[in-house]
This record gives sequence, C-alpha cells and structure tokens, in this order.
Amino acid sequence: MSPVLEVRNLGKSFGGVRAVDDVSFSVEAGKLLALIGPNGAGKTTCFNMLNGQLPSDRGEVIFDGRKITGLKPREVWRLGVGRTFQITATFASMSVRENVQMALISHAGETWTLFGRAKDRHVAEADALLKQVGMLDQAERACGVLAYGDLKRVELAVAIANKPKLLLMDEPTAGMAPRERIALMALTAEIARERGIAVLFTEHDMDVVFAHSDAILVLDRGKLIAKGRAEEVRNDPAVRAVYLGSGATSGGH
Amino acid sequence: MLEIEGLNAYYGRAHILHGVGFSMGRGEVLALMGRNGAGKSTTMKAVMGLVPPQAGRVTFEGHTIVGREPFEIARLGIGYVPEERRVFSELSVMENLSVAQRPKREGAPHWTPERLFQLFPNLGRMRDRPGGAMSGGEQQMLTIARTLMGNPKLVLLDEPSEGLAPVIVEEMAKTILALKGEGLSVLISEQNLHFAGSVADRATIIEKGLIRFTGTMDELKADEAVRAQYLSV
Amino acid sequence: MIDLIFAQTLNGLASASSLFLVACGLSIIFGVTRIVNFAHGSFYMLGAYLAFTLVSRFGPADALGFWGGVLLAAVIVAALGALVEIVILRRIYQAPELFQLLATFGLVLMVQDIALGIWGPEDKLGPRAPGFKSFVVLMGSRFPSYELFLIVVGPIMLGLLWFLFQKTRWGTLVRAATQDREMVGALGVNQRLLFTSVFAFGAGLAALGGALQLPREAVNLHMDLSMISEAFVVVVVGGLGSVTGAYLAAVLIGIIHAFGILIFPKITLVLVFLVMAVVLVIKPYGLMGKRPVGSAHAHGPVEPLLLPASHNVKLIGLAALAVLLLAPFVVADHWLLTLTELSIFALFAASLHFMMGPGGMASFGHAAYFGLGAYGAALAVKWLGMPMVPALAFAPFLAGIAGVIFGWFCVRLSGVYLAMLTLAFAQIAWATAFQWVDVTGGDNGILGVWPAAWAAPKLVYYYLALAVCVVAILALRIIVFAPFGYALRAGRDSPLRSEAIGLPVMRIQWIAFIIAAVAAGIAGALFAFFKGSVFPTYMAIPRSVDGLLMVLLGGVQTVSGPIVGAFAFMGLQEQLMKATMYWRFVMGASIVLLVILFPRGLVGTALAFAERRREAEPAAPVTATPEPAR
Repeated sequence: MSPVLEVRNLGKSFGGVRAVDDVSFSVEAGKLLALIGPNGAGKTTCFNMLNGQLPSDRGEVIFDGRKITGLKPREVWRLGVGRTFQITATFASMSVRENVQMALISHAGETWTLFGRAKDRHVAEADALLKQVGMLDQAERACGVLAYGDLKRVELAVAIANKPKLLLMDEPTAGMAPRERIALMALTAEIARERGIAVLFTEHDMDVVFAHSDAILVLDRGKLIAKGRAEEVRNDPAVRAVYLGSGATSGGH
Repeated sequence: MLEIEGLNAYYGRAHILHGVGFSMGRGEVLALMGRNGAGKSTTMKAVMGLVPPQAGRVTFEGHTIVGREPFEIARLGIGYVPEERRVFSELSVMENLSVAQRPKREGAPHWTPERLFQLFPNLGRMRDRPGGAMSGGEQQMLTIARTLMGNPKLVLLDEPSEGLAPVIVEEMAKTILALKGEGLSVLISEQNLHFAGSVADRATIIEKGLIRFTGTMDELKADEAVRAQYLSV
Repeated sequence: MIDLIFAQTLNGLASASSLFLVACGLSIIFGVTRIVNFAHGSFYMLGAYLAFTLVSRFGPADALGFWGGVLLAAVIVAALGALVEIVILRRIYQAPELFQLLATFGLVLMVQDIALGIWGPEDKLGPRAPGFKSFVVLMGSRFPSYELFLIVVGPIMLGLLWFLFQKTRWGTLVRAATQDREMVGALGVNQRLLFTSVFAFGAGLAALGGALQLPREAVNLHMDLSMISEAFVVVVVGGLGSVTGAYLAAVLIGIIHAFGILIFPKITLVLVFLVMAVVLVIKPYGLMGKRPVGSAHAHGPVEPLLLPASHNVKLIGLAALAVLLLAPFVVADHWLLTLTELSIFALFAASLHFMMGPGGMASFGHAAYFGLGAYGAALAVKWLGMPMVPALAFAPFLAGIAGVIFGWFCVRLSGVYLAMLTLAFAQIAWATAFQWVDVTGGDNGILGVWPAAWAAPKLVYYYLALAVCVVAILALRIIVFAPFGYALRAGRDSPLRSEAIGLPVMRIQWIAFIIAAVAAGIAGALFAFFKGSVFPTYMAIPRSVDGLLMVLLGGVQTVSGPIVGAFAFMGLQEQLMKATMYWRFVMGASIVLLVILFPRGLVGTALAFAERRREAEPAAPVTATPEPAR
C-alpha cells in the first residue's frame, strides 16, 4: 500500500541555522506517527511546511501521490489534509455546532452565499461529527466559554469535517489533564482507524506517545536521529541523551 | 509567609475562584495541582494582582496585598513566572535580566547576572541573543532567571514543565530544588504528578475554584481516590 | 534642473524633521500604552501656538528668548500630556482599543475649541529664528539657513533617541513594555510612572515638532488633523514602533511632497498614496516594522454568540419602523428633515458596523465611501446630466470602486495598521475632492443636486430615504447571518483556523470591505440629494469619527447597536450645536466621559445589565472556563 504522505529530503533554514535538515519519512492510512524531539528541534517548522504555512527551502512533500510543496494552507486543506493547532484555534463567537458547520460550509463550496441562514446548513452532518467526538450535548454553547479539553475535541471534529486522508496534530494534548490526554488520543486513534486517516502528531507527553503511536520519529536540531517502534526508540541511547533523559519526571519512560 | 483566605476572582465575567484558601511557609515548595481550568493560573495571577481579586485576604509576611498594584507586590518580594514564559523577545538576555533588577533584599538571596549564569550555564553563553531567538526550554530558564533578578523571597511558577522535553523538565526539577536550597519558597502549579512529586514538599488541589485537598506529597501519592477524582490520573 | 532637484530635496528633508518628531512620539506612545493617540496632532498644534505666545513674550529677537520659548513650549505640552494621561487615559486602559481612540478624538475636539478660545480663528505668523534669518547660496539657489538647521535636527534627534532607547534603563524599560507591559509590572517596574512618562515624552516630541515649525509656516487651527493623518502615513510606511523607520518614512514622504508640488501640484497626495501602496505591497508592516502582536480586539471581552433577533427584538424593530412610518402625520414639518438625516446616518453606521463588527476591520476613514457616494451622485447630475434615479444607482459604484482599490490594500493589514491605512485613504479621497477644483469645485463643492420633481416634497423624500435605508440595512443583516457573514466572522475570530478549513480570509474581507463601501455610498448619494449639494467635508476625518462614534456608542457586538447609536449621536450633536458656540468642546468632553462611563457602548451596557440581572436571580451555574490566554 502506498503511503498517504511522503516527505523527501525536506529542509528549511532561518538565518543560516538549519531548522529542518534533510528530513524524510512517510505515513500510511490508519496509522499514527509521532514526531518527538527537544524544544526547538524543528517539529513545528516541519509541520508548518507540510500544510503550506511555511515555504520549504529544499525537498518535497507528496500527498496522496501528488506534490503539494508550495501550495497554500487552504489549498492543502482542499486536497484532504486536516490540522489541529498547539494552541487551539476555534471561532470563539460561534457555537460548537457552528464551528463544525463553518468547516462543512467551506467544504461544500458555499462560502460566498449571501443569503439564507448559515445556522440551518449541514446540521445533521455537524451533529454526527460532534457525536463522534462526544460534544453533541454542548453543541449550542459558545466556543469561547468551553473548557480546554472540550475545545480540543471541537477542533478535532472541525479538522475531520472535510473527510481528510491526513490529519496533522501539533501537540494535541498540551495543557490537558493526564487522563484527558489519553482519552483524546484514544479517540483520535479510533477515528483514524475507522476512517483510514493517517495521523502525524507532535507530543511531549511520553505516556501518550508510547501508548498511541504506531511509530515514532525523533528530531534533534533539525535532523532525524531515530525512527522506529516505541521500544526501539525508548532504548536508543542517543534519544535518551537528547530528549528522554532518565525518565524521573515523565513517569519512567 | 503567604496566607490566602477566601479568595474570589473573576476573569472577565466568569467567576473562577470561589474562596480559595491555603498557606505556605518559608523555604517550602508547594504544588498547586488541578485540571486545566480549575483555577491554578488565576490563583497565581490574583496573588500577583494581575487579576484583581473581588474578595478575600492575601497576606505576605504580614502585609496585606489584595488591592495593590502588581509592581508593589513584586517589590515586596514575590516573583512571578508566567506559564506562557513571556520573555521580551526583542531584548537580549542581559537586557531581559536588567528589566527586573531590584536592590538587594534583606532575608532573600541576592542575584547578579553572573550568579544566575552559574545556575543556568546555557544563558551565560548567549548573553546578547534576543529572547525571541531562543528555544522554548531556554526561554523558560530565562524567565526564571529574570524573575530572580528581583531578589524575591517567594517565586510563583506557573506550569513550569508544560510543553518541555523530558530532559528539560528534569533540568527544571533540579533548578527548583536548587532554589529551595537557597532558602526560597516556591509555589508551582502543575498537572504532571511525576514532576510535582520530584520537587514539592506539599500539594494542594484546586477544582472548580475551590481547594479540595491539602497534604504532603506522600499523602497525595497514597490517596488514589483524590488523585482519580481531581487530577484525572 | 539639477539645482532645482537639489533645492527640492533639501526642502523635503527640512519638512521631514517635524514630521519625524510627531510620528516618532505617536509610535512610542502606541508601543507602550497601545493607544492610538488621535490627539497627537493636537499636541503638535499646541506646541506651535504655545511657542508663538512664549517667543513673543520673551522677545523673538533674542536667541535665548526664541529657543527658550520653543523648548519651554515642548516642556509645557509634555506636562499637559502627563496630566491627560493621569486624568483620562489611566481610567480607560482596560477599555477596547477603539474606545480609547474615541476618547483621544474627544480630546482633539476639546483642544480645538480651547485653541480657538485662547488664540482666536486667525492664523498666527511666527518670527524668524535668531541666527537663522539669512539665506545660504547652495548650487546657485538661495536657501533659508533655518531649513538647513531643520535638516540637521532630524538625524540629531534620531541619534539621541537611539541612545535613549538602547543605552538607558528608561529606554530598556520602554522597549520591554512595548512587548509586554503587564509582565513589566509583574517584575516590579512602576508601570504607572512609566506610562505617564512615555506619554509626556511623546507629547513633548510632538510639541517640539510644532514649535520648530514656527519660523516656517503660520500657526492655524487645522494643523492638528492634517498633521495626524500625515503622521499615520509615516507610521504605517515606516513600521509601527520603529524610530529609524519613522525617520526614513518621514524623509521619504517629505521629499515626495516637495517634488510632487513641483511636478504635479494637483495630485501630490496621490503620489504619496502611490508610494505608500508600493511600500505596503512589498513590506506589509512598513519599511522597518514587524508583524504586530496585538489587534484591534486585543483586550476586548470575548465576543458573545451572535444570535438572530429574538421574538421581542423583532417586535421592537417593527414597532420602531411603524413609528418612523407614522411620524410624519404627527410631528412638525421640520422634524421630517431630522428624521431623513437620521435614516441616512443609520445606514452609514450600519455599513461601518458591517466591516468593524463581523469583519473585525476598524475603519478610521469610512466617510470616504459616504463622500464618494455623494460625489458620485453630484458628478452624475452635473457632468452626465443624469436624473435622480439613475444617479442614485450610479453613485454607489464610485464608492464601490474605491472600496475595490482601497480595500485591496487594507485587507493585507490588520488591527491598528488597517485602521490607520483607511484613514490615509480617506484623506486622499478628501484631498482629491478638495484639490481637483475643475471637476469637483474644490472647497465650493457642487451645488444644485436636487431630487426629481416627484421626490422633491419633504415627505416623499423622507419615505424614499427611509425605504432605501431600511432595505439596505436589512440586506446587510441578512448577509451577516448567511454563510458569507459567518465566514467573515470566522476570519475575524481566527485567521489561522479559517485558512486551515479552506477559507480565503483576505478575499472574504475584501468582498466585505466592498459591500460596506457600496452601502456607505448609497447613504452618501441619498444625503447628496437630501442636501442639494456636496462638499469635501463629507469625507473629512470628523465625519469618519462620527461614524465610529455611532457604532461604538451603540455597541459593536450587536447588529442593532449602530442604529441606536446613530440616533443617539445625531440627537446629541444637534442639541449641542444649537446650545453653544463651543459645541466641539462639550462634544469632546461628552465623548471622553461616555468612554469612561460606558466602555461597552449603550446597547452593550444594556445587554450586560440585563445579563447580570438574569444571572442574579437563580444561583448561576459555574461555567467552566478555559484558563485564559493560552
């Protein structure tokens, strides 16, 4: 089976510093790939190049058999790439349901419609998505007043509204309580397997990484220093030195 | 040295703290724990005067500090390290430190840039680098160093381990223990029980703006029911 | 030819110095206090007037008398600035940015009347500077030595400011506060003192700029607004917060002015506009600027959900409409004129609200589209000989075309930058109407724009205006609740998320900008036929601020707010103008008071009050709230 996302020799420099240096990897449908590494290793830069927020200097990104390097974020989205952000980005003045409806409206190409209530469009579909992430009972509430963990779920529903083939999640569980973290990633894994979505995520919580990834990439100073299954990465001395440490403060990982 | 009683605070129109109360002693590391949105950050901001408390008493070494301006509270000897780090991104490391510089204080360790660079050797190697050009871990160290320049007696650390790589978190734990060794009191807000366990003497748990548990770290580790109910561990 | 170019270059450099001082102060004040100080031009004007008085008193021939007077003027204005900061601004730092802006505009009005009261309406011609009265012959042309002095002042001040900001503790604190003022306070720095000193310093710089102009040009009551709009251009071109950028931009603008007058005397402002456009296309945040961190909504409350009108609100709306329809049968005849004007301004306010509220694009220059609509109608009547109905239909196109062009640039920016740019564009539209005498009649305007015979009676025209305005306002309302309106709000709430779900934010904002321009154009066209004439003042800054006042008075968060605001504002203004000659002062003072008392606008305050009452009745459930500012 050909991978959904293939990254070849990706590179980016800021003022002479190689933030991302010759990085290559691929993700397959229904699999969760974790990208870990110290702060400043280039994870977010790498992410921003994948969905077009940053132009790359070198290399290419192939999505679904098509080169997407150089496209804008919204064009990448149209091709089927969903994204969640480290700091949740939702529409605070809209209700939970309206947030999802907005994504559905955009997906259906109805953005430019000047009349007819937006509220009445794609209600059933929006509710189905909200039900899947367990937010249906809060559909009428404003996103601006939601608890952080709930906001993350809404973002997930929005990100999968256009039936993406690839989901990019930047620190999806940052700022959540331990059990919520596991629950959110379990939900993500379930949705990914059910819908055959490939998921690439960055994360600092090793409980989450080791429990919910099919494979792990380790980035340090822009370079890929390890790649493999949880056990291999965990026992890699280079990874322990630059990233994992002794495990004393991360629950023994 | 810090006593809080019946603290009520609002963020905008939302009532966040409903009568928070706890106290901490000199040289103690206290972990303020709880879920996201429970009120940890707001408690710290209320102590610091950044979110004006609507009701309640906060005393620091006998001074009532409710109603004072943040800069007055800082001058009494309370240092605040915000969760989002908030280094001055266009100022160099040295300039970041100089902003917070205060005169020597009786009963608190006296910090100079040179002394801080012994504690944070990384910073010493990038004195002229702008804060914005540093990695997340380095910025976290810089905010702590910056706060110490005010020679505080009590440091409030808001989620110091959040978003940091495990190796950096370990370094952070060592730093906090070093500060404790200097005789400083430290209040940290945390969700990470492993981390809190490695640095704190006592823990107090906040949930929906109320204190639900206070005890030693060992008591918390032994009390599975409390952890499950309030920390979702 | 070469000598002419040389002379004009020197000329441009000389005028750049004062511009630099004013723009620099504006930029520093904004950096630390986050207040766009509209009153900065007023400090400049006060500096010039005070210098005039002080120099006359101390003896203009004496070097000490002259320079002492100039410096003392700057010091006095700095002290006034400190007073303004302590008495007014300190109370409104928590209010949304636009309200702060309004308060400073209130100050502009107050200062205008104070200056009028003290110095009278005549221009004041200042003395020449002792020691700089002669001419220097450079490359064959005579050049006043004072101009050369001014040219030197610019770089010297730039050097001094650089030293101040890079090498002193005060400067370091100012730079730190520019990035995060709350944090500076939490680190033990006395924020209040810092803010006051920064404001006083900026005011002093502006006053020095004004005082130095004394030997160069006559002091007059219009210096404030003409300077503030140029200073906005300089700040936008140079980059907000950059002292060096402000200097470069001031030199650039100064030289363009100097050459523009030489080459295209009629369209110097168009030239400035072209240069600004080129700079902004290449560097959206100015020559030396960085992407700003804040936005116009930076510290406002979280936007509430936008709900369609409830049953009660609909009933109130219908009742109000019924009152407006029946009013002519009850009230006296002259009230019809007031009601017609009110309807037109309600549409104007609603069009501004459309881009400010849902669009999140605050405009300081919305009068441009109102004015262009009015001129569109007048030009169609005068030059194309159109009757009323086709002219009414044609006029909004002119406004719409301006919206297409200006909007294209504006949506590239956001927050305060965008707002300053809209003001600069409005000044260009105003200047074109003012300077292009052959077509627009300049200051004399275009007269004889009368409605068709059937619509001439006051009653008929009232119903016509009411019908057009109600339809247009309802259309705007429908768009707000339609998918397009949602997409627009989405772009305001989170551009990042919008782009990530395929919404082209800039294009959506651009279309919204054009829609708002067309709607304002309709209002303008109706106004032209209502008054029978058009004048450049229709697009001047005060009219734009009127629009802002109406929207903010009503509350930007509600769709019906601007209409309420338009009625409240027009009523207030009319009464004041009748009551006193110094109505500007009273108006300005009322604005300042309103901002201090009702930081959320009239409708916003009423809603908050209603909500509080609702909350107070049953014990309100604890709403889980995210930890703020993640």
